[in-house]
Amino acid sequence: MTQLLLFNITNGLIIGAFYVLMALGLSLILNLSNVINFAHGGFLAIGGYIAYTLSPYLGFWGALIVSPFLTALLGLFIERVLIRRLYGRDPLYSLLLTFGLAFIFQDMTRYIWGAQGLPVSIPSFMGQPLSLDFFFITGYRLFMVGVVAAAVALLFVLLRYTRVGIRIRAGTLDLDTVAALGVNVRALRTLNFGAGIFLAGLSGVLAGGQLGLDPTMGDGLLMPSFIAIIVGGVGSLTGTLIGGLLIGVASGVTAVFFPSASEAVIYVMMAAVLLVRPRGLFGEEGMMT
Amino acid sequence: MSAVTVAGTQRATRNPLPLLVIWLVLLTAPYWLPLIGGYTALGTRVLVLGLAAMSLNFLLGFTGVLSFGHAAYFGLGAYGTGLALKFLTTSTPLALILGMLLGGIAGAILGALIVRRRGVYFAMVTIAFGQVFYYIAFRWNTLTGGDDGLRGFARQPLHLGALTIDIAGDQVAFYYFVLLCFALAAGAMGFLLRSPFGRTLLAIRENERRARFLGIPVEFHIWAAFTLSCFFIGLAGGLDALLNNFANPRELHYSQSGDLVIMAVMGGMRTFWGPLLGGAVFVVLQDYVSSQTENWMSFVGLLFVVVVLFFPRGLLGFLQRRGEA
Repeated sequence: MTQLLLFNITNGLIIGAFYVLMALGLSLILNLSNVINFAHGGFLAIGGYIAYTLSPYLGFWGALIVSPFLTALLGLFIERVLIRRLYGRDPLYSLLLTFGLAFIFQDMTRYIWGAQGLPVSIPSFMGQPLSLDFFFITGYRLFMVGVVAAAVALLFVLLRYTRVGIRIRAGTLDLDTVAALGVNVRALRTLNFGAGIFLAGLSGVLAGGQLGLDPTMGDGLLMPSFIAIIVGGVGSLTGTLIGGLLIGVASGVTAVFFPSASEAVIYVMMAAVLLVRPRGLFGEEGMMT
Repeated sequence: MSAVTVAGTQRATRNPLPLLVIWLVLLTAPYWLPLIGGYTALGTRVLVLGLAAMSLNFLLGFTGVLSFGHAAYFGLGAYGTGLALKFLTTSTPLALILGMLLGGIAGAILGALIVRRRGVYFAMVTIAFGQVFYYIAFRWNTLTGGDDGLRGFARQPLHLGALTIDIAGDQVAFYYFVLLCFALAAGAMGFLLRSPFGRTLLAIRENERRARFLGIPVEFHIWAAFTLSCFFIGLAGGLDALLNNFANPRELHYSQSGDLVIMAVMGGMRTFWGPLLGGAVFVVLQDYVSSQTENWMSFVGLLFVVVVLFFPRGLLGFLQRRGEA
C-alpha cells in the first residue's frame, strides 16, 4: 500500500511537472498579452515531433536542446504575423484565433508525421529503474524532473534579475506605464511569447520520451494547465508552479483510491478554490477583472 | 460604435420585411432544400445548431461575457432528453423539457461560481467547468454509454388528443416540430432582449462600470443571462438528441464550444439573427467539405483565422455596415 501510494505520488509529481512547464508558458503569455493560447498543446506536439525528426542526426541530447528553440521560432513567427494584430481588440478574437491554430497544428502534425503514435528514443541507460523496491523511479523520470526544475529555476532567475525579466513582470502589472517609460512593448511581448512557446517545446520533447508522440498529445495537458493557473491564481507565476504540482499530486493520489475520478478531482479542486478564494491561492486582488 | 449597433437592432425589429423573409425561408425549407441538393435533416440540423449559437449569443453578443464552455450545457440537454426517453417517459415534449431543465439548472449552479470572473478568465473558467461534464459523459459507461455515446432511445410520435403527428418517421414533420421549438425559443429571447431586463444586459455590455454606478446588480444580471442562455442551449441540445436519436460525448467537448462561438461570430454576434446565418453556413460547409477532404480540421481552423482577421463583425454585421454606408 505504501509502495502503491508512493508510486502514484511520484507519478503525480511527474505529471505535475509537465503541467507546470506547460502552465508557466501559458501563464507568461496570458499575463503580459491577455491571450489564452489554445494552440499551446499544438506547439508542444510540434516540439516533440521536431525532436523525433532531429534525433537521428543530433542524438537525443542535441534534439533536446535544439527542438525547443525551433519551436520558439515558430512561435515568434506566429506572434508577429497573426497574434500581434489582435492585441488591442476584444480577447474573444485572440482566443478564437489560437483555437483555429490549434486545429490547424493538429491536422498538419497528422499530415506530416502520420496519425500513428511515434516513440522518441531516449538513451538506454536512463530507461532502467534505479532500485528494485522503487521500480517506478527510472533514470529518465528523475532526469525529466531535473530538467523541469532547472528550466523553472532559470525562468524565475531571469524574470527576477535581468532587465528584460523585470520589464516583463512590470508589464504584467501595468503595461501602459511600462510603454510610457520608453520600453518597446511590442518587442517585449514577442519575446515573452517566444519564451512561453520555448517552454511548450521543451515539455513536448520530454513528454515524447516518456509517453511517446501523438498529434493530440497536447490536448490532455491543456485543461489541467488552465486549472493549474486558476488554482494558483491568475497573474502569479509562483501560484502557477504550486498549482501545477498540487493538481498533479492530487490526481495521482486519487488514482489510488478512486481511479475513475482522477480526472474529475482537479475540477473539484478548482471549484473549491473558486468558492473559497476566488482569486486563487497566490492571486492578487484585482488581477482577475 | 455602440449607438450604431443598438440602433441597428432596433431598426431590424421595427422593419418587418427582413423578419418576414427569414420566417418565409424557414417555413418553406423542406420544399426548396431538395431542389438545391440539400435534404430535410440538414435543414433541421441548421435550426438546431442555429438555435444553439443564438442561445450562446444571448450571452456573448448581448451581455458581453465570453463563455467558451457552452457545449457542456448543449450536451447536458442532449443527454437529459435521451436518458429521459430511455428510462422515464415516452413523451417527446416532456423528455425535451427535462433535458432543457438539466442544462439550465447545471448552468444556474455553475454560473453562480463563475459570475465574478471577467474577460479571458471568464472564458477559462467556463471551459474548464464545461470539461467536467465531458468527462462525466465520457467516463460513466453504465449510464451514458461512455465513448460510444448514448443509444437505445428514439423520438416518439406526438399525441395531441385524437391527433397523432408522426415526427418519428416523417422527417418533414419533425422539421416543423423543431421549427416550432425554435420559434418559441427565438420569440422568448427576442422578448427578453426587448424587455427592460434585456436593455440592462446591453448596458452592462457597453459599460459595466457605469451600469454598476447606476445601481444595477451586475453580477445578478450576468448570472441570470448565463442561466437563461443555458436553458435555451439545453433545448437545442435536446432537439439534437432527438434529431440523431443519439447523444455523443464529443458534443460536450470544448472544441464544440469553439464551433458554437465561431458560428455566432461568423454570422454577426451583435445581431439577433446572425448566429442562425453563421450556423447555416457552418453546417452546410461541414456537410460539403467533410465529404470532399479528410482535412476538415484544417479547414475549420482556417475559417476561424479568416473570420477573426477579416470579418470580425460577421456576415450580417458586414452587410449592415455596407447598408449604412
